[in-house]
Amino acid sequence: MCNISRRKFLAGSVAGGAAIAMAPAKKAFGANLSGFPDGLGVLVDMTRCVGCRSCEAACNKEQNLPEPDKAFDDYTVFDERPHGQHRRPTEKAYTVVNRYDQADGEKVYRKIQCNHCNEPACLTSCFVNAYKKTPEGAVTYNDKVCVGCRNCMVACPFNIPAFSYSSAFNPIIKKCIFCYDTRLKNGQAPACVEICPQQVMLFGKRQELIKIAHDRMRRNPGKYVETLYGDKEVGGTGWLYLSHVPFKEAGFNVSLPNEPIINNVKDFLAIVPMVLAIWPALFTGFHLLSTKGKSHGHADNHRHDGQEGHE
Amino acid sequence: MKTLLKEGIKPHDGATRVDGKKWSLMEKLLLGLTLDQYVQQVIRNKFNWLLAAIFIVGVPLIIYRFVFGLGVVTHSSYEYPWGLLLGFGLFCMVPLSASGFMLGTTVEIFGRHDFEPIERLALLNGLLGYFFAVVYLLVDLGQPWRLAYPMVYSFGPAAVLFLVGWHVATYLSVQIAEVSTAFFEWIGFRRGYEFIRKGTIGLTVSGIILSTLHQGALGALFVYAPGKVHPLWYSAPFQWIHFFVSSIPAGLSMVICVSTVVIYTMKWRCDKRFIESLDRITISLAKGAAMGLITYLFIKFLAVAHDNEWAYLATGWGAWWLFEIFFGVVLALITFCVGIHHKNVALCRLGALITVLGILLNRLNTSLITFNWELYQEVPHVFEIIISITIFALYIATYRFILNRLPILYQYKSGVDS
Repeated sequence: MCNISRRKFLAGSVAGGAAIAMAPAKKAFGANLSGFPDGLGVLVDMTRCVGCRSCEAACNKEQNLPEPDKAFDDYTVFDERPHGQHRRPTEKAYTVVNRYDQADGEKVYRKIQCNHCNEPACLTSCFVNAYKKTPEGAVTYNDKVCVGCRNCMVACPFNIPAFSYSSAFNPIIKKCIFCYDTRLKNGQAPACVEICPQQVMLFGKRQELIKIAHDRMRRNPGKYVETLYGDKEVGGTGWLYLSHVPFKEAGFNVSLPNEPIINNVKDFLAIVPMVLAIWPALFTGFHLLSTKGKSHGHADNHRHDGQEGHE
Repeated sequence: MKTLLKEGIKPHDGATRVDGKKWSLMEKLLLGLTLDQYVQQVIRNKFNWLLAAIFIVGVPLIIYRFVFGLGVVTHSSYEYPWGLLLGFGLFCMVPLSASGFMLGTTVEIFGRHDFEPIERLALLNGLLGYFFAVVYLLVDLGQPWRLAYPMVYSFGPAAVLFLVGWHVATYLSVQIAEVSTAFFEWIGFRRGYEFIRKGTIGLTVSGIILSTLHQGALGALFVYAPGKVHPLWYSAPFQWIHFFVSSIPAGLSMVICVSTVVIYTMKWRCDKRFIESLDRITISLAKGAAMGLITYLFIKFLAVAHDNEWAYLATGWGAWWLFEIFFGVVLALITFCVGIHHKNVALCRLGALITVLGILLNRLNTSLITFNWELYQEVPHVFEIIISITIFALYIATYRFILNRLPILYQYKSGVDS
């Protein structure tokens, strides 16, 4: 009897051990991803944007995206409200410019694209590691490994990744990659920045852009609202925004935490190795305690139990 | 089947026939009936006609989805990347299938062999629930043929979904092993049966580990979306434990519901042991579910208190949250308690049904209804709804196919020791 329980105890431990071995290092490596010091970024000064949409056109050309539904000089797109919302990046457009009508009749324009977070939620949520934060600061995406689970779309606090639902055999995530392949890795500014006739966007090292932004705020008192959007949000983003209207009025999500999204998940990830380590002994222990002195014959008794009255 | 029983025909329930010869595999598949008898009873059953009608509409739609992409059967929403296929198929099916590890633990770990008559039903319920959750997932994934990538090709170990993927896959294998004992008995592979039974404790313990983690992980998946899920349904530190704890009454209640359906529609397949012990077991399971529910109720309010979200309760979403809690948890709890107190099996079954509905409501609230609460409400595409129903019908059909044959509800007469 004692023999059997020992064997079973071992079986339980082996199973638990196997489970541990199967899940190596589930701890977040997001912890050491707190941004590359020389990461590049873009400072967007919304006071300068006039909504010409030339950045959208440049992006479309640079990334070989399909023909848009409406031409880039058609400004009726600003009145579109899909699902009652302003436009957002899609599988056909990695960046869009929206108009936000203010209470006093003023029109504010804002360019939307991937913000290239310091600690991207899309990256940390991806179970095939399709995303990469490059030292240059871009968040790139490898469509060769993407399974199409769309968890990154759930995780992205800015609702940026789009999915090519229309493709049956190779649907992938479509999002701004900071023109990484064609420009950024050679140190060049992305196409949208370069084309802008109003010099809305300033390309440079993120650290320096933050200084420049605060400089502009200091030198033009009253022109800008006090905060720099993207400085702290979800751990900081590569793209930073200066605005003259409250960010909420320009459609920004102002309720985002300053902590990276992955920090919310760390509580759970920390539980994982504990459960893997403790449960085997705990439950085999329960088993031994609760069956002590009772019949141990049940390795075989499925057929025997209660069968007497049956046959 | 009732008609056949009246004619004195007994379904196949052991290795050997009345005359002492062994059944052949074909005869076992036909339940020991002749082909004519079998086909006739299939046609006589109205439920088969309903299933057939669903498949005629649904299966072509599933093929349509694979030929033309997800875009033609869903709303292709960028804001709601996970629609009904995952909201129901994954997030509801998995907690309702927690029964396998619950009853496995009760019988094998705690040695409560009085639950044994229902153990296999619970294990099968677990296995099929997971299997069909994966089927839903395969239909919903953009590139389902890459499903094994996180296992063998490209690893993202920091992702919660990585854990879900690994654990569901391993747990599915564990469950197949657990249910395979019934299969080995049925085909008469005695050594396979004995081999698996020897590892029962190991299998059961890994089942507990894997279940704890991935039931919780399904909740943790939503922790990636603060601000998208309504704060009342979101709790960074507690989400995983909400999902895990609620899966316990969910799984137990699902077993009560399934056993109820079985006893009313498939009584011919249940043996005396199952029929006689079901009332007692139902009440015992109801006790377990009630304890799970009260714990769940407590930690739900604990999360509201922890994040100080009381003010939200006064809003419309708050009313909806209170409805979910009072219908799905409090009402279920009261029904269970009255049922247990008066030993009223019918009330316990009603309580189980309410619990299952409450869990469905909770998971759909988290994944679809309160998701993007500040944007707009997604209503799933009609084709997505039909596909979801079709896969569920397939689940029921498979479930019934196995229950009809394998010794789940009855004990197999192997003929060795008789």
